Amino acid sequence: MSDREAAALRIEGLSYGVGDGRHLVDAVDLTAAPGETVGLVGPNGSGKTTLLRCVYGTLRPTHGRALLDGDDLHTMTAKARARRVATVPQDGQTDFELTVREVVAMGRSPHRRFWEADTAADTALADAALERLGIAPLAERAFPSLSGGERQRALVARALVQRPALFVLDEPTNHLDIRHQLEVLSLMGELGTTNLLALHDLNLAAYYCDRLYVLKAGTVVASGPPAEVLTPGLLAAVYEVEAEVTPHPRTGAPTVVYLPRST
Amino acid sequence: MTCETPQDRRRLRHALVLVSLTVALACAVVAALALGSVRIPPGEVLTILTGGAEPSPFRTIVLDVRLPRVLLGAVVGAGLAVVGTVLQALVRNRLADPFLLGISSGASTGAVLVLVLGIGSGIGGGITTTVAMPAAAFAGSLVAMTLVYALARRGSTMTGGRLVLAGVTVSYILSALTTLVLVVSARPEHFQEALFWTLGGLGSARWGTLVVPAAVLVVGTAVLMALARPLDLLLVGEEGATVLGLDTARFRAAVFVLASLVTGVMVAASGAIGFVGLLVPHAARMVVGASHRPLLPVAALGGAVVLVVADLAARTVAAPQDIPVGVLTALLGGPFFLWLMRRRPEGAPV
Repeated sequence: MSDREAAALRIEGLSYGVGDGRHLVDAVDLTAAPGETVGLVGPNGSGKTTLLRCVYGTLRPTHGRALLDGDDLHTMTAKARARRVATVPQDGQTDFELTVREVVAMGRSPHRRFWEADTAADTALADAALERLGIAPLAERAFPSLSGGERQRALVARALVQRPALFVLDEPTNHLDIRHQLEVLSLMGELGTTNLLALHDLNLAAYYCDRLYVLKAGTVVASGPPAEVLTPGLLAAVYEVEAEVTPHPRTGAPTVVYLPRST
Repeated sequence: MTCETPQDRRRLRHALVLVSLTVALACAVVAALALGSVRIPPGEVLTILTGGAEPSPFRTIVLDVRLPRVLLGAVVGAGLAVVGTVLQALVRNRLADPFLLGISSGASTGAVLVLVLGIGSGIGGGITTTVAMPAAAFAGSLVAMTLVYALARRGSTMTGGRLVLAGVTVSYILSALTTLVLVVSARPEHFQEALFWTLGGLGSARWGTLVVPAAVLVVGTAVLMALARPLDLLLVGEEGATVLGLDTARFRAAVFVLASLVTGVMVAASGAIGFVGLLVPHAARMVVGASHRPLLPVAALGGAVVLVVADLAARTVAAPQDIPVGVLTALLGGPFFLWLMRRRPEGAPV
């Protein structure tokens, strides 16, 4: 569904510092090859959200840079960035009764001058995205009347309509039931875009991501294919939990089972 | 026109709403020209309007007395409704309006300062009323808006509660300032005029005072209609607008200035007329939804109809007393607003 080649993402020495000298993200290097799905995992407060915000442009890194096909994401205009990078914002709520279709169609905005109306092709893209996320029957409903999960799917549909080269998603599944979690993550894989996802669920991360970066206290402590990264030793060091990791008999993906705290 | 898709049905409904409002506005204008201390038959009004009448007292009343006032009512009503609609989007809060956010008070303060200090009165030729007072009202509304904006902002977020608090506070301070200036000036005729600014009224309408508000309304509304897309983006969150390519800080600042200009000019011509900017956008959204491209023209027409009718009532219900129209919009608008809020079920479809 992307109208451009998937892009290569390259994050070089990226830091985000706050006033008192603390760094929420500290000298992170990360790459994602075109078409690759890269997962970001780590405990709460490890800097996943901050790092993603530095990539999709609502935060400006204090050091380092994020390059998309060699172009610095922070020297381009917000609009140029929005043509290439899509995300599902954390504050995507409203009291105003736009219809679901109107919200989804907003995804075409970066491709239009602000006074231009949507074309028939834009409408067709919105229809296709509504269909793809299974929310076509909700198209004429008021967006604020949707449930959390429906709203999230509508916002994913809006991101699809942007036709980005890079998807940056922060917990794209946190309001979704398990069926829709699987559907959204499968969809990410089918799009052919480059995807950078922050995920809480390590098993979903292991199954859907080509490579994982593990963050702790703002720095990358491990990276590589899920089977290499997700080890009992790492989980103990990063999450302070005891866990068993075994290849799943059917999918082959590493499967994490947490063990109760030994007393 | 086929009605096969929901979008077609919406478009048809939008067209019907626009036609109905245009007809309603035409009827309201004719009624407002016909009724008053001297009753003029509607047929006669139409003949006069189309230029087919001999010079007569009726002709003078319609063209020189009532028409400027009726047109000013339409312009100010449309302007306040458009500004209210846009401010509500800008702060993502349906309680915003020029009155509640203190902007109208700022405009009043500016206008009263010019009045008391007599700026431009030495030049003559009505410079004070046609240029200096609108300019001062604009400056006043801009100052008030900037204050409210700065007070309500915390980091990059702005909550509705803080905004209303800031607006009410700034509004009180500016009202006090207006009163102080008047007391210090100690000229009874200033009090009389100041009452007009704080209550709002269309009684001072002349052809000469109509030009600037009409021009500002047309240009302002045209620009805001062109900004319908980014206004929609703002409705669904600050971050959401940014990731869809909108430079929200710059856009907000630009639209705030434009909204101040329109508000300032409207208040300069009519005083601070409340509730139109709050109620009409609400009612318009209930009819055509929140998307600004269909919403803004409906709000503009609706605002024009409401204020023309309200002003007709203001000068006829207690004739020969001319009630300030702002008193009437508040008296009728307040309860209507409460009724609207209670009537609407939570999460109802558009």
